[in-house]
Amino acid sequence: MVRLMVDAPAAGSDESAVDAFLQGGRPQEHPTQSGPSLRHAPGPYFGNYGGRWMPESLIAALDELEDTFEKAKADPEFTAQIADLNKNYSGRPSLLTEAKRFAEHAGGVRVFLKREDLNHTGSHKINNVLGQALLAKRMGKTRVIAETGAGQHGVASATAAALLGLECVVYMGAEDCRRQALNVARMELLGATVIPVTNGSQTLKDAINEALRDWVANVGNTHYLLGTAAGAHPFPAMVRYFHEVIGEEARAQILDQTGRLPDAVCACIGGGSNAIGIFHGFLDDPSVRIYGFEAGGDGVETGRHAATITLGKPGVLHGARSYLMQDDDGQTIESHSISAGLDYPGVGPEHSYLADIGRVSYEPITDSEAMEAFRLLCRTEGIIPAIESAHALAGAIKVGQRLAAEGAEGATDAAGKASEKIVIVNLSGRGDKDVATAAEWFDLLQKDSPEAEIGKEGEQL
Amino acid sequence: MSTSQDGANQAAAQQTSAAQHTSKSAAAIDRARAQGRAALIGYLPAGYPSVADTIAAGIALAENGADLIEIGIPYSDPVMDGQVIQAATTEALAKGFRVREVFDVVRGITSKTDAAVLVMTYWNPVVRMGVDEFSRRLAEAGGAGLITPDLIPDEAAEWMAASDKYGLDRVFLVAPSSSPERMKRTVDASRGFVYAVSIMGVTGARTSVSSAAKDVVAAAHAAGAERVCVGLGVSNAGHVREIAEYADGVIVGTALVAAIRDGGVDAVASLTKDLSTGLTREEA
Repeated sequence: MVRLMVDAPAAGSDESAVDAFLQGGRPQEHPTQSGPSLRHAPGPYFGNYGGRWMPESLIAALDELEDTFEKAKADPEFTAQIADLNKNYSGRPSLLTEAKRFAEHAGGVRVFLKREDLNHTGSHKINNVLGQALLAKRMGKTRVIAETGAGQHGVASATAAALLGLECVVYMGAEDCRRQALNVARMELLGATVIPVTNGSQTLKDAINEALRDWVANVGNTHYLLGTAAGAHPFPAMVRYFHEVIGEEARAQILDQTGRLPDAVCACIGGGSNAIGIFHGFLDDPSVRIYGFEAGGDGVETGRHAATITLGKPGVLHGARSYLMQDDDGQTIESHSISAGLDYPGVGPEHSYLADIGRVSYEPITDSEAMEAFRLLCRTEGIIPAIESAHALAGAIKVGQRLAAEGAEGATDAAGKASEKIVIVNLSGRGDKDVATAAEWFDLLQKDSPEAEIGKEGEQL
Repeated sequence: MSTSQDGANQAAAQQTSAAQHTSKSAAAIDRARAQGRAALIGYLPAGYPSVADTIAAGIALAENGADLIEIGIPYSDPVMDGQVIQAATTEALAKGFRVREVFDVVRGITSKTDAAVLVMTYWNPVVRMGVDEFSRRLAEAGGAGLITPDLIPDEAAEWMAASDKYGLDRVFLVAPSSSPERMKRTVDASRGFVYAVSIMGVTGARTSVSSAAKDVVAAAHAAGAERVCVGLGVSNAGHVREIAEYADGVIVGTALVAAIRDGGVDAVASLTKDLSTGLTREEA
């Protein structure tokens, strides 16, 4: 029985009760971490990263948001609201599903999928938007704005705004609007206004720029509902807070199902919100290796990728100091990935810190590797993953094979056997939105179909 | 302002500025004040439409009544800029503008005029070059300091040290939304002048000056600022006249960028001449 299902994320007293429950009757299998806790890092700084690299005009709004968020966290009414929405609207807790046939391709270790794909709107994004929309209401704001790449965060934001009666404006690169016409329609069905962004490179980062310009001009009645654990303080710590429920549930569920902690946890990283959510549950468990998989695009050696931590350098963008894809002049470099959700040249500051201190390993996964893992999960488990999540699956295959190889080296005890190793993958979203991209990738479209014609022109259907 | 006779003075000032921390911006504003008027500050993006044009337009600004000149570094993610400036800086980048060329622009203008030349930049290009290295090269080129739209004093430790070391002005922004505490903190951290954002918004021409501008200036003066200049949405001599009544300087950007776009250096010269007619305070 998983007890976390209706708990708000990580309120201090609840958590110790949960820990007591989890530890009760079981011997401690692993030594506790000797250093200071990495959980609940409050910001504004994560080591050398984070902060507020923002125009003065917005500082008052960030202060108001921080103050509102801190008070809300301590308010049982707020945490109860979140818990209720998580349970009765989003459908939490999300399942932890063992993927036995998929695992055969991952060195024979046990693989468990944290099923964020089963949440309402089809991804982890709902956790954050509900929390922030509630905060917007508490601040008396009547309007929310959001950026979106392929449309997932835009759809989630439009959903939360519809539920809570807020006006919603979504900024989306003009190029993305054209290619994701159905997601634009979805947002409009939910009552949002979608504004195509034609400035700069017309992609996600320019949508963020345009949302910031809107926020500066309308900050009196508007909350900027940022979609990932990046940006100026308090966004990174706040967005993580709303996603901590992923890691809390996963930790309790794996203990419940297997009686022990996993050997590894894997997630994909764009801005890094789904990843920080699941990582958070395991940061203080030193026996658990943690992996973040960045979008390697065509391959990191080609320059066409979004492997920010792997190849970027520290800089400031969109309000935070963090790793950043930039040229020698500090101009932001365009990222490339088959996955729109990972196609961002920055990354959340807490990930930069976790990379520097070595707690989390960050590795690139190419488009091809991700799409192979995508197809594998479809065919072995009957689950169509988001292409974003397929990066985590591809990484888990590598991690599983490494764990199996380690176990094979002279291990005689049961714990050394591959079949005893446990890997959790955060399946951050479902792949319905990616069917057209995948159909083109795998050449599944009828030759003379209108869809194939459009595909040839570089469109997503 | 004259352009030739001050060369020697300027060279002397440059030699001593680092040691004495003389503020070039403050001196330029004070010269205007001594003439019974507000200072005029003109903005141009470096490399638009070319580096040579920026230098020529900067000289034209100084020769036609601008006391201070703000040279913007084109940047990939200009969150505080409206359409006109975005279009100009995007074009400059597309033509291959490099950050180091801003020092050529500064030197090109300071070697020909006595206007104080500041660089306005988003922070990441400075971080990438290295705050100390950037500051050293700016001072060497005769620059007065930096205006930093996305750097607040809270994050500016490195810049505070470098600006002290090289005798550069640090112009932070204050806004209608700034709390009294932040206003005080920002005024205390600034040197040269304080940049008062007239309106909650981004750069771009507007039909009228926001009523918030006067309050921001008053708050900055009350917090101890000796020189407060107003920018955002100032585009004609009427706006200049209105702001010159209560501010120490008036900053014009988008209108000048549109002028160089549509009419080149000559248009910058004539607009500057027109704007400067609004500077003298009318007796109330």
